[in-house]
Amino acid sequence: MVAPAFEYVAAGSYEEAVRLLAASAERDQEAKVLAGGQSLMPMLNLRLAHPELLIDINPADQRQPSITREMLRLPALTRHRVLLEHDLVRQHCPLLAEAVRHVGNVRVRNRGTIAGSLAHADPTSEIGCCALFAEAIRYVGNVRVRNRGTIAGSLAHADPTSEIGCCALATGARVVVRGPAGNGQSERTVPASELFAGYWSTTLDPAEIITDVLIPAARPRQGWSFQEMVRRTSDFAIVAVGVIFNLAERSGAPASATVALAGVADRVVLADPELLNDDPDESAARIAETLDPPDDVHASGAYRRRLARVLTARALREASARAAV
Amino acid sequence: MSKRQVVLGVNGRDHEVWITPSDTLLDVLHDELGLADVRYGCGEGVCGTCTVLLDGEPVNGCLTLAVQAAGHQVTTLRGLMGLGEAMHPLQECFLRRGASQCGFCTPGMILTALDLVHRTGRPTREEIRYALVGNLCRCTGYTKILDAVEEYADQAAGS
Repeated sequence: MVAPAFEYVAAGSYEEAVRLLAASAERDQEAKVLAGGQSLMPMLNLRLAHPELLIDINPADQRQPSITREMLRLPALTRHRVLLEHDLVRQHCPLLAEAVRHVGNVRVRNRGTIAGSLAHADPTSEIGCCALFAEAIRYVGNVRVRNRGTIAGSLAHADPTSEIGCCALATGARVVVRGPAGNGQSERTVPASELFAGYWSTTLDPAEIITDVLIPAARPRQGWSFQEMVRRTSDFAIVAVGVIFNLAERSGAPASATVALAGVADRVVLADPELLNDDPDESAARIAETLDPPDDVHASGAYRRRLARVLTARALREASARAAV
Repeated sequence: MSKRQVVLGVNGRDHEVWITPSDTLLDVLHDELGLADVRYGCGEGVCGTCTVLLDGEPVNGCLTLAVQAAGHQVTTLRGLMGLGEAMHPLQECFLRRGASQCGFCTPGMILTALDLVHRTGRPTREEIRYALVGNLCRCTGYTKILDAVEEYADQAAGS
């Protein structure tokens, strides 16, 4: 099909984009922000969305990923491919490698070996939390989608089966949001756990834009795992699970774990940490019991709940094993 | 809907074209510039037949607006061919291995595979599978396509 007609404006900055969004809202004109376009453009081509105006933010931001205060800062337009290819993240985050030397990751010397390849995330990667993202992004779309798709665009799209949303929850990521305030504009920070409101909906104001995604840098003795069930590689997840697992720094005893799930509700969800104990199978079963996934043409709710249990147990095992290395 | 004139750099040549904001890059390349090697398949970014290189990186022509490509370099399969439509070595490999039957998917396959080989050197068969997962072929069963890409990667690594 052919997309419905719309007007297009390229925003040279986030400030301008917010101004345009606010002006559209005032005129009662439906405007959409165009980032990578890998979800919005199919929705337009299928006529599932009928915006009157597209505000293209691609010219708004040339920043590269950076490290600030133990936080990996990913500009909104960071393409999936940059996260997938560790060497690029490393190249743009030299401070991160430094931070890792500080925490004494013995695998730092392995870094160079995966450069240039479609890298599998190193189990004890120096970019820890980012490794979770990198692994998850292997499941996102295809090579062209990853070339264009952006991290903040994916979060703002708020698909309930989103791998990126799942990882944002698991890692405790936050988003920096810019929006109108009085006569000017202001920034605020929203935890991923408070970002998703339901199917393809966020808690953000219509004139707000995500400008950055902040991911806590990996800690020592931290493991991660990403598990996904999908019928065709690159398709939407039926169920996906992301886990970050921390061992106590000195004793090496299990300290905490965060389990996030996609495809089990109207949004990506965090499991209640109270449900976790030392037994992965028992923890997974208790988490699965709390879920009431929807039925659809791809899978029944019961099957999704079963997948949630199986994948959560696998993810907990793998993440704790990685943390122990 | 307001038409606007943009300059698209396609296969090393600049083209002045009038477009509406909702025209996709695929629309303009295929319908306006007559490039038959860029094809409408699904319109959702799933099938890969509209693959073009945007500043050297494979993207979906159906998910990129033409207006977004202004000021960037677009390369289609035809842009890889030499003088007198001399075939690219990867096309030769496709021909030799029987990796192209009806040919509809071939430009997308070649552009995507070429990007992979340029970036990884000698990809494993599994890496080729992974890179081509978003390019659908309903004729060949993929095996011969993998053979062709492997042969080209060996050639490229050897030279």
